[in-house]
Amino acid sequence: MGLKEKLHQTKLKYQGKKMAPAFNAIHTFLYSPNETTHSGGHVRAVDDLKRTMNTVILALVPCLLFGMFNAGYQHYSAINGFPENFSLLEHFITWDNFWLGAITILPLVVVSYGVGLAIEFVFAVIKGHEVEEGYLVTGMLVPLIVPVDTPLWMLAVAVVFGVVIGKEVFGGTGMNILNPALTIRAFLFFAYPTWMSGDKVWVHGAVDLAGTPDAISGETILGYLAQGNNAEMYAKYNLSEMFFGFIPGSVGETSTFLILLGGLFLIFSKIASWRIMLSAVLGALAMGLVFNGVVAAEWIPEYSKFYGLMSFDFWQHLIVGGLAFGIVYMATDPVTGSQTNKGKWIYGFLIGFLSVMIRVFNPGYPEGVFLAILLMNVFAPTIDHYVVQGNVRRRMKRLKHATILPKPSDGKAEELKVETA
Amino acid sequence: MALLSKKDANLILDPLADNNPITIQVLGICSALAITAELKASLVMSISVIFVMGVGNVVISLLRNVIPSKIRIIAQLIVVATLVIVVDQVLKAFAYELSKTLSVFVGLIITNCIIMGRFEAFALGNGVWRSILDGIGNALWYGVILEKIGLFRELFGSGTLFGIPVLGDPIAKTGLYATGYENNGFMIIPPAALIVVGIIIWVQRSRNRALIEEA
Repeated sequence: MGLKEKLHQTKLKYQGKKMAPAFNAIHTFLYSPNETTHSGGHVRAVDDLKRTMNTVILALVPCLLFGMFNAGYQHYSAINGFPENFSLLEHFITWDNFWLGAITILPLVVVSYGVGLAIEFVFAVIKGHEVEEGYLVTGMLVPLIVPVDTPLWMLAVAVVFGVVIGKEVFGGTGMNILNPALTIRAFLFFAYPTWMSGDKVWVHGAVDLAGTPDAISGETILGYLAQGNNAEMYAKYNLSEMFFGFIPGSVGETSTFLILLGGLFLIFSKIASWRIMLSAVLGALAMGLVFNGVVAAEWIPEYSKFYGLMSFDFWQHLIVGGLAFGIVYMATDPVTGSQTNKGKWIYGFLIGFLSVMIRVFNPGYPEGVFLAILLMNVFAPTIDHYVVQGNVRRRMKRLKHATILPKPSDGKAEELKVETA
Repeated sequence: MALLSKKDANLILDPLADNNPITIQVLGICSALAITAELKASLVMSISVIFVMGVGNVVISLLRNVIPSKIRIIAQLIVVATLVIVVDQVLKAFAYELSKTLSVFVGLIITNCIIMGRFEAFALGNGVWRSILDGIGNALWYGVILEKIGLFRELFGSGTLFGIPVLGDPIAKTGLYATGYENNGFMIIPPAALIVVGIIIWVQRSRNRALIEEA
C-alpha cells in the first residue's frame, strides 16, 4: 500500500472528526483526492482555486526575489554610497545583497503565512468546514507591500486583524468585502504610522541607525516629490532605475518591469482581468494629465505643497510607488473587484484615478493606491448592481419595441425581420 | 431583593445583556464611537447619561398624561435639553479639562437615541418608579459597554488606564515598551470603537445563540 493510498485510508478514518478539515487541507494540497463525482455530467477544468492561487504566487516570485536583492542593494548603497557606474551583475545581483535581503524578508514571509494559515485552520476546525485556500495569495502579498524593517510582531497583529476582521467575520474566503492583504496594510498604516512612512523605514537598518553618526536614510521617490524636491530626486534616480526598480520602497513593489511581466503572465493565463489593469492604467494617466494641465495652466503657485507631485510627469506616476503592484495584483482580486465586464472598466478606471488623486492630496503620506483600492472594493457591488440593472432596462426596452413577427402569409414578414434583427 | 419585586428588578437587569441598548438595540453608537478613546471620558459620559436618563424618565413619566401626543417629541426634547445643559454647566464648573475633552458630545447627549427611545417606549406609558428603574437600568448598562470599549481603546491605544501609565513609558522605553512594543494608533481613532463594539456583539451572540436573527 503506497503512501497515497494510506492517506486516503486515514482520511476515511477521521471523516467527520474535529480535526478532519486540518488533515484534508494538507492532504488535498499535496495530492489530488480520490473522490469522483457520482451523478450527471460535469464540466471539467484544471483551474481549481488552488491552481488559481498558485499561478498568482508564481507571478509574485520574481517580485519577491527582486525585493531581496533590492533590500541588500539599498542597505549597502545607503551606507557605502551609490555606485558610480551601476552594473546589474556587479552591484545588484550579488550574494551579499541576496543574503541580507533573505534574512530580513524571509521572516516576514514566514510570519505572514504562519499566522494567517494558523487562523484559517482554527476557523475551519471551529466552524467545521474545509480549510479555504484564500490565504495562499494574501500571505505572499503581505510581505511584499510592507517596508522591509516592519517588526514581526506588528505584522503578526496586523495579519490577525486582517484575516479575522477583514475576512472571517464576513464568512471566510470568497465572502470578504475588502481585500485582506490591503486590510492588513491599512491596519499597519493607521496603527503604526511611524513604521509605515517617512524616510527611515524603506532601507534596512535605517531605523536602528537613526540618531547615530552612521545614520542613513532612503526617501522614496514620492517622498521627495511630496516635499517638492523634484530636482533632487531626478539627480539621484533616473527613469530606468525607477522602471526597473532600483529604488527604495516596500519590499516587492519597486520593480515595475517585473510587475509588468507578472501582469502579462496573469493575463495570458487568464487568471487576472486585463480590463481592470488597462482601465486602471488609463485612470491613473487621466488624473496625472489633469494635474499636469493644472500646472501648465499655472493655476497653482510653485510654492504650493502640491506642486511637486502635480508637476510630476503624468506617465511617470505608473513607474513609482505601489501603483503598478496594486493594479496588477490587488485591484484584480476576483472576490473584491467588480464582476461584470462594464463594471470592471469603471472599477479599474476609478482605482487609477483615485490613486493618483490621493497621492497628490494626501497630506500625511504620499501614496494612495491601497486606499483607492479599498474604497473601490466597497463600491464594486454597487457598480455591478447598476451595470446589471442597466442591462435589464435595455433589454426591457428592446422587448417593448420589438415587433412580433406576423405569420408568413402576411406579405410584410421579410421587411419586419430586417427591422427586429 | 426585598426592595424590588422580580418584575421591577428585571427592568434594571434586562438591559445588561439580552436587551442591551448598544449591543442589541444598536442605539447610542455615535457617543460610543466618539468619546471612548479614554476611560475617564467614557466614565463621565456614562454618569451624565445615567443622570439625564433617570431624571428625564421621571419628568416624562410625571407629565405623561399632560403631554398632548402630537407634540410629545418637542416636549421630550425640551426635557432632555434642559437636563443636558445642567450636566454641561456642572462639568464646565467642576471638571473643565474633561468637559473640553468631551466637547460637543455632552451637548449631543440630546440626540442620544437611547434617551429618546426610552422616553417614547417606556416613560410615556409607565409609572414613576418603574420609569426610574428603566432609565437607570438602560443608562447603566450603556455605560458598562462604554467602559469596556474605553478599556480596550485606552490600554492598547495609549498604554494607560484612567490616564495612569500601566505598560511603561513609551518615550523613555521602559516596561513593555523596552521589548519593542508600541501603542496602536488605530485604537485612538473612532473606527476602532466600531470594531470593538462589533467584537463585543460577536462574543455576546456566540454565547447566547438565541440572539442571532434568522438569515
